[in-house]
Amino acid sequence: MNKYSLSAFIGGLIFSVGLLLSGMANPEKVLGFLDIFGAWDPSLALVMGGAIAVGLPAFALAKRRKASLLGNAIQLPAKREVDRRLVLGSLAFGIGWGLAGFCPGPAIVATGAAQTGALIFTLAMFAGMWVFHWLESRKAQAA
Amino acid sequence: MTIDWNAFTPLSALGGGLLIGIASAWLILMNGRIAGISGILGGLLDCPRDDRSWRLAFVIGLLVGPTLWGLFHVLPTIEIHASAPVLIAAGLLVGTGTRYAAGCTSGHGVCGLSRLSPRSLAATLTFMGGGFATVFIIRHLLGA
Repeated sequence: MNKYSLSAFIGGLIFSVGLLLSGMANPEKVLGFLDIFGAWDPSLALVMGGAIAVGLPAFALAKRRKASLLGNAIQLPAKREVDRRLVLGSLAFGIGWGLAGFCPGPAIVATGAAQTGALIFTLAMFAGMWVFHWLESRKAQAA
Repeated sequence: MTIDWNAFTPLSALGGGLLIGIASAWLILMNGRIAGISGILGGLLDCPRDDRSWRLAFVIGLLVGPTLWGLFHVLPTIEIHASAPVLIAAGLLVGTGTRYAAGCTSGHGVCGLSRLSPRSLAATLTFMGGGFATVFIIRHLLGA
């Protein structure tokens, strides 16, 4: 395993423990947060707040650096426009999130915790990603 | 709106959030990459070969997390009440939607907002709105 992969593995591990500790890996907890018109559990707002509190200085630093600490280029998204794909895609994602209480990271973590339902969701999510990939490559061929 | 104080877990939520922030900071500063899970996963389908191993390693880290946790502590409860057809429909929506939007809760919600990206703010408000609306319809209009 090279240093980039080892570092990414450590990052994934910390992320996973964060998702477990925060409650994000538990769909019922997530749905309690999304149930803003019912008995609302505001906990997960603090997850995002805590993550951004660390993220803000880290990304400010990353923007000023040319290379990562392991020496490769820092790749920050350049796209700025709010387009139809962004809005409709996010809407579809939000609906799916509200249906099952899973977003991508927690689904993988819950799969790692041997939850059959999470595995079903994750396989369907992969299929959805594959459909996108297939449609995009067909469009690229036609162009 | 009534707040369910019994379910409120501010300390673990904040602590978990800080860890998620640390993981995102780690990946951008060490590897120079955004810790967006949908992008890391989706990229496995179309990235160049030499870009594949760090993505797989990150995903394996996510998968191994619960086992590592289990060595020290009892795993927190994970309750999934959705039926298999609902999980499949939701997974398809999340998979295609996050790829079209080029990000999810981590890529847009955590990393994007930390970069003060207006595009990520729009994405985050949209998927949060979609989630709130969906749960409202299911729980309060349909009463499921």
